[in-house]
Amino acid sequence: MTERQQDSGTEPAYGGDSPTIVDSSTAEEQRTEDVTVAEAGGEIRQASLWSDAWRQLRRSPTFLLGAGLFLIFAVMAVAPQLFTNADPRQVIDLGLSADPPTGDAWFGYDIQGRDYFANVVYGARVSMIVGFSSVLGVLLIGVTMGSLAGFYGGWIDSVLARITDVFYGLPLVLGAFLLLSVMQNRGIAQVSLALAIFGWMTAMRLVRGTVVSVKDADYVQAARALGASTWRILTRHILPNAVAPVLVYATITVGLFIAAEATLSFLGFGLQLPEIAWGLQISAGMGRLRDSAHLVFFPSIFLSLMVLSFILMGDALRDALDPKLR
Amino acid sequence: MGRYIARRLLMTIPVLIGATLLIFTIVYALPGDPVRALAGDRPLTPAAQAAIRDEYNLNDPLLIQYLKYLGGLLQGDLGQDFSGRPVSETITQRLPITVRLAVLAVVIEVIIGVIAGVLAGIRRNSYMDNLVLVSTTLVVSIPVFVLAFLAQYVFGLRFGWFPIAGLSEGFRSYILPAFVLAALSLAYVARLTRTSIAENLRQDYVRTAKAKGLKPSVVVGKHTLRNSLIPVVTFVGADLASLMAGAIVTETVFNIPGLGRAVFESVQRQEGFVIVGIVTVFVFFYITFNLVVDILYAVIDPRIRYD
Repeated sequence: MTERQQDSGTEPAYGGDSPTIVDSSTAEEQRTEDVTVAEAGGEIRQASLWSDAWRQLRRSPTFLLGAGLFLIFAVMAVAPQLFTNADPRQVIDLGLSADPPTGDAWFGYDIQGRDYFANVVYGARVSMIVGFSSVLGVLLIGVTMGSLAGFYGGWIDSVLARITDVFYGLPLVLGAFLLLSVMQNRGIAQVSLALAIFGWMTAMRLVRGTVVSVKDADYVQAARALGASTWRILTRHILPNAVAPVLVYATITVGLFIAAEATLSFLGFGLQLPEIAWGLQISAGMGRLRDSAHLVFFPSIFLSLMVLSFILMGDALRDALDPKLR
Repeated sequence: MGRYIARRLLMTIPVLIGATLLIFTIVYALPGDPVRALAGDRPLTPAAQAAIRDEYNLNDPLLIQYLKYLGGLLQGDLGQDFSGRPVSETITQRLPITVRLAVLAVVIEVIIGVIAGVLAGIRRNSYMDNLVLVSTTLVVSIPVFVLAFLAQYVFGLRFGWFPIAGLSEGFRSYILPAFVLAALSLAYVARLTRTSIAENLRQDYVRTAKAKGLKPSVVVGKHTLRNSLIPVVTFVGADLASLMAGAIVTETVFNIPGLGRAVFESVQRQEGFVIVGIVTVFVFFYITFNLVVDILYAVIDPRIRYD
């Protein structure tokens, strides 16, 4: 049974959409994919998809670079004290306001005369938390709605598809921006929630596509014939097929949502002071671009590198988990 | 085909209603009091407040407010902002700026993106291919507003080639923001073209074309490129709409008085009708462009049939 499942797990889950869906490139992709799968069929593989993927990932420079960056930022988020002794909130000397980098203060000082390196290092934490918690929210909404739509079909599918269309009409940053603008306190929880509410649609379609493409497979019917409950069929036999594509999507999305959070904070409708966040630091340094560019430069670099780490890992994961590319 | 279009048109109606209702609910769930915010430091008399509330239907329940708004929308009346200026006037005044910016961005992303994608796709793992892969990854990783600062700093302040904000220098003022706006989509277009070209080069008809002795430039330019651009056309069409909405960040950083900046300002002033009106315009464009692209798709790829 497990072997069967893994076999079908290698089937592309992206193509199962009906032509009514906006993404209309699927029909043609499906055709080429069918051919490729047929050509590759019949081959017996000893290793599972995951151990194969892991073996490839360990040799992938893209993945190693991404994972290395991610580890550094993860440690920075958990224990920023390891990187700096300075207190990010302590004003050292107002006379040092916006001073450029020196040997003592690697990143110089911010407008209030605080050590900027400490500030930038401590900023990693909220970005990580918002990135992971908002994607967790996306997965909760997306997997639930995608499973319902794909498994039950019919009117449930139609209604959920229309709801998805409605939310697709509002771009992530614009939607979250509007929602946050009516909230009085904007903390990590509110920003993550807003991002999840306007960002779940792709996860939903991904899961729905997988569910539709495997729900009539022989092994699913066998499970049903054996009297397995709907819940068991979904969680044990159908949804494991969606793990690979959803994992790739989620990894990249953490990066994109970190960028979205910084954008919202920058616009003044994301996190609020006294939170230490890169978006806020860039926003504060914006007016000093002409004479103190380091205020914008350093948080921007850290922010971009953190986003990059997730995109690199996601790209490498996709290559490793998609057998077509081997 | 006709039936397909009709069905698609019908399907856009619930989406448009749902989207406006969603925006309306968000905006009118405002905990603050827009009337008091309007009055500022000197409080209005209760009678004056009541009159304003009446005029803007603020006393009605949310659903009634929405239905009244929808009724006005169908007659082309988008309401007015708190200084009595019709929202439709704000939109007609600012829309051309955003459209100009978005169209210029699309032109940039198509030209550079397709060229980069073709150069990368015709030879996998070549120097060019890796260059395109690395640079698109980098561009995707840099948030748009950071890219905007980078562009302002390097091309505006350091080299002084372009103005860093405002629209005072005509066409030249649009160049930096358009590049920044296009950057993300440009990376996607390049990657899409690259994958598509590489896939199509393996097809039988390309082998036939080569076997006939055609020049490589003809094989790529005439035979492969045409088929490879189908997914690109789909992407770019839908992207035009998201570029317009994405202009909220770009227009704010570059201080360009388009629709995106108008949304930003009206959110700060809590002008509900303006927000709903402009976002409705964005959603409308999004739905329309997607519809057009889906229909175009059958035209440019005869293998697709909707019946």
